[in-house]
Amino acid sequence: MGLLIAQLLTGLANAAALFLVASGLSLIFGVTRIVNFAHGSFYMLGAYIGLTLMNILPGHVGFWGSILLAGIAVGLIGVVVEILVLRPIYRAPELFQLVATFGVILVIQDLTLMTWGAEDQLGPRAPGLRGVIRILGEPVPLYDLALIGITPFVLFGLWWLITKTRLGVLVRAATQDREMVGALGVNQSWLFTGVFFLGSALAGLGGAIQLPKGGADLLMDFNIIAAVFVVVVIGGMGSLPGAFIASVLISVLNVFGVAYLPSSTLVLMFVVMAIVLTVRPFGLLGREEVAGEHGQVGEPERPIRPFGLTGRLIFGAIVLALALLPLYGSPFAQVLITDIVIFCLFAASLQFILASGGLVSFGHAMFFGGGAYVSALAVTYADTPMELAFLLAPLGAGLIAILVGWFCIRLSGVYFAMLTLAFSQLIWSLVFQWGEVTGGDDGLVNIWPAAWLSDTTAYYLFTLLVGLGGIVFLRHVIHSPFGYALRATRDSARQAEATGIDVRRVQWVAFAFAGMMAGLAGGLFVFSKGSIFPNELEIAKSFDALIVVFLGGVKTLSGAVVGGAFFESVKDWLTRLEYWRLVLGLVIIGVVIVAPEGIVGTARRVGERLGLVKEGEGTR
Amino acid sequence: MNPIRTLAAAAAAVLALSGTGLAQDTIKIGEINHYKRMAAFAEPYRKGIELALEQINADGGVLGKPLEFVFRDDDGQPGDAVRIADELMTRDGTVMVTGSILSNVGLAISSLAAQKGFIYLAAEPLADSLVWKAGNPYTFRLRTSTWVQAAMLAEEAAKTDAVRYATIAPNYAYGTDAVEAFKAALKKLKPEVEFVTEQWPALFKIDAGAEVQALESSKPDAIFNVTFGSDLAKFVREGNTRGLFDGRQVYGMLTGEPEYLDPLGDEAPEGWIVTGYPWYDLPDGPGKEFVDAYQAETGETPKIGSLVGYMTAQSIAALITKAGSTETDAMLAAFEDLKVETPLGEITYRGLDHQSTMGAYVGRIALEDDRGVMVDWDYRSPEPYMPSDEDITAMRPAE
Repeated sequence: MGLLIAQLLTGLANAAALFLVASGLSLIFGVTRIVNFAHGSFYMLGAYIGLTLMNILPGHVGFWGSILLAGIAVGLIGVVVEILVLRPIYRAPELFQLVATFGVILVIQDLTLMTWGAEDQLGPRAPGLRGVIRILGEPVPLYDLALIGITPFVLFGLWWLITKTRLGVLVRAATQDREMVGALGVNQSWLFTGVFFLGSALAGLGGAIQLPKGGADLLMDFNIIAAVFVVVVIGGMGSLPGAFIASVLISVLNVFGVAYLPSSTLVLMFVVMAIVLTVRPFGLLGREEVAGEHGQVGEPERPIRPFGLTGRLIFGAIVLALALLPLYGSPFAQVLITDIVIFCLFAASLQFILASGGLVSFGHAMFFGGGAYVSALAVTYADTPMELAFLLAPLGAGLIAILVGWFCIRLSGVYFAMLTLAFSQLIWSLVFQWGEVTGGDDGLVNIWPAAWLSDTTAYYLFTLLVGLGGIVFLRHVIHSPFGYALRATRDSARQAEATGIDVRRVQWVAFAFAGMMAGLAGGLFVFSKGSIFPNELEIAKSFDALIVVFLGGVKTLSGAVVGGAFFESVKDWLTRLEYWRLVLGLVIIGVVIVAPEGIVGTARRVGERLGLVKEGEGTR
Repeated sequence: MNPIRTLAAAAAAVLALSGTGLAQDTIKIGEINHYKRMAAFAEPYRKGIELALEQINADGGVLGKPLEFVFRDDDGQPGDAVRIADELMTRDGTVMVTGSILSNVGLAISSLAAQKGFIYLAAEPLADSLVWKAGNPYTFRLRTSTWVQAAMLAEEAAKTDAVRYATIAPNYAYGTDAVEAFKAALKKLKPEVEFVTEQWPALFKIDAGAEVQALESSKPDAIFNVTFGSDLAKFVREGNTRGLFDGRQVYGMLTGEPEYLDPLGDEAPEGWIVTGYPWYDLPDGPGKEFVDAYQAETGETPKIGSLVGYMTAQSIAALITKAGSTETDAMLAAFEDLKVETPLGEITYRGLDHQSTMGAYVGRIALEDDRGVMVDWDYRSPEPYMPSDEDITAMRPAE
């Protein structure tokens, strides 16, 4: 009994920091609709700033004052980010801002490294709260009790702010209908900035308040972000009480998971999220998303059409130039372009489901890595010839997509995205943990192509054929009747239904098809690298693809390919520099601000302005 | 805009870069690492290499030419590392590749090395499969194997009366390998021990309070710890606060390495028996000379990564000198049973499995001047702890 209570208290204490960070993210999302990946970075900054202040300010006042000051400082940093980076791009397509926040992550990572150095830092203990008290014989740290005591005050404070103040009224109104709030004369910009301040400050507080239980290190931004998203989604995006309940739920379950199922640590919260979303598609306390929010913000989409004659000729010339590359290029150029083509095919498959289908997937890497693993497993355990194993990659990935799709397509918007994320984490942890079969994180090695393809040039030409073929095929499907049906389901599910389109089935097939094409890219990948590791199934891999789709231009057909080629070549070049993450982050932010419609979209607009591209012609 | 146009632009950019021929007046070594992603470990490692290079080149370099390392960042991604290795070997004119801290990146480069036929010296990766289960003729490893370090701690553990053991290790390959090796070695020495609980926190995401409670509730006599980095700091703090370590002997893999011990400050867990690197306590000799030179050069205290980096560069210099050429075949032949003079004394790259005989320091943690140090330590050669030659030959794929 004593142990049970002690475990419960541990869980509640863990929930404190998690709730602070998650409530900030939830607030920001609720009002601004920005999926802020950089929220973990604010948490990290809170920890580092809090630590620095605690080393200067002495005693009780110094300790608690440092936490408050760290929160305010991080809030101000959030304001700077909002004004400089996000404000210029509020009119961009939905979710475009996440690309900018990705750039912010990279910048903050390198700036933190420069400022505080590489070594992990242990947080100071809270003055007067170093010891434990015994509850029914079990030791419970005093600081845990302090955290448990503070959380309700924070929740109450936020509740009061949201329900009893004018700011709160505006925030709630904006959460429900931000355009209407704007129409009623409220200055949206400052409302958004204020909310960003509050949200970032909460993340900073969370970072500083956990210091006595840990410290500050350079990996804590990525390490918390998944948990925070899970909490926000389980609670219901935008709901503060929901975030509170979810923080407690996740933290307490985690404590019991550790005690009774010790190897569950990787996967537990994602299982919980998958269950909650399957039963309650909008989280515990969330509400249904307003229809038409996704893919429909900003200017209406232009009609698409296939290449004209000029387009075909140019395309053909480029294919020819690439095919002849072995005659005039270096072997490394072939290796690099092999990588780029594979990544472009992966990104193009995501863009297919995202742009044409309106289904934003946060877990697309599960098909890329899944396909690669299917091939690698076939080679490792059945000595399957490479040609056959390669074909198994798209088939296996397609099969996974059919299964996952069955669960996911009932949901929409951010909840759909988060459920795909949950499934990709499930598959990742399966591969990661099932070491006897998959090799765990030591992966599967020596997966090389057949003899006739083992030469760099041969494999380069093979990749060119399959990769470009895949990209062309994806475009072809978009222009087929199926593609039209898919876009109909995106633009108006109800009207599509009325015209006899089976919306769910069309979406399901499209999801499976996109997964299959990602698996094809995964097959190309594994044989070009000769090995496969769980990294290729990670959230980061999914986000790489997501970022290049938006960077290239989500509302264009070739956005993913252009964005992918741009991102991969810039990254390959920049990693030669000392502070490459800082530079890459700034490049991304720069591109995002200069080209809010993505590279292709903005280039098209500039082309039209200058008269280089005819109105309507540049829509390919 | 056209889907392929940017590809072509990228291709053109690459071609422009690749056209430059490189004058062959230095011997170049490719070094791939996660300088940003794992800065706390990679920075001291790089400084160790740079110190060694300075000394080697001050003595006239190798084969009459200066030795040069080309440092490249792979962001911790095996796929990127493979591409960079390809570039280093085909375009930058490096004669071999070294580097990586993460095991998976090391395994990816190793697989490529065997396929493309170049030499890879895995400096820091912990996975023993690099030289055993997934070993290949082109891959060599410097760092002391996980198996050996766990066996050294098991030997210490077998000397006590403890029979009920608990383990806590990060939930990934290194953690499971270490626990498996410790269990096997301890059971062999002392068959009556039982393992009452195994805890597997996610790497760098430990829920320390819960882990400590779970360990406490299984009432072990002793604990085997594999956590490191921020996980270790949190585990030690919660364990100290809640009295988990009172009256229990703890054995810590790598806990005595300055990378992990220094951040703990005055909360370093006294009495733990650990593997590590007591640079502050070395007697006069090559080990102390390295420490002094490193401190004079960088103004920092050395980490174990500094030592590994230094020994990596030394090994490569010795290799090329012995081979008398930078041709892969000559170097491969020279690498078999290569002997290198290092701060740890002479080490040998065993012809049997390409593993070096770099050993480990084993000692007890104590507090001195509010920081953790290793006391009562000794340096142990790895060979008595290795699996038998037959077992290793059986594990290594046929060549």
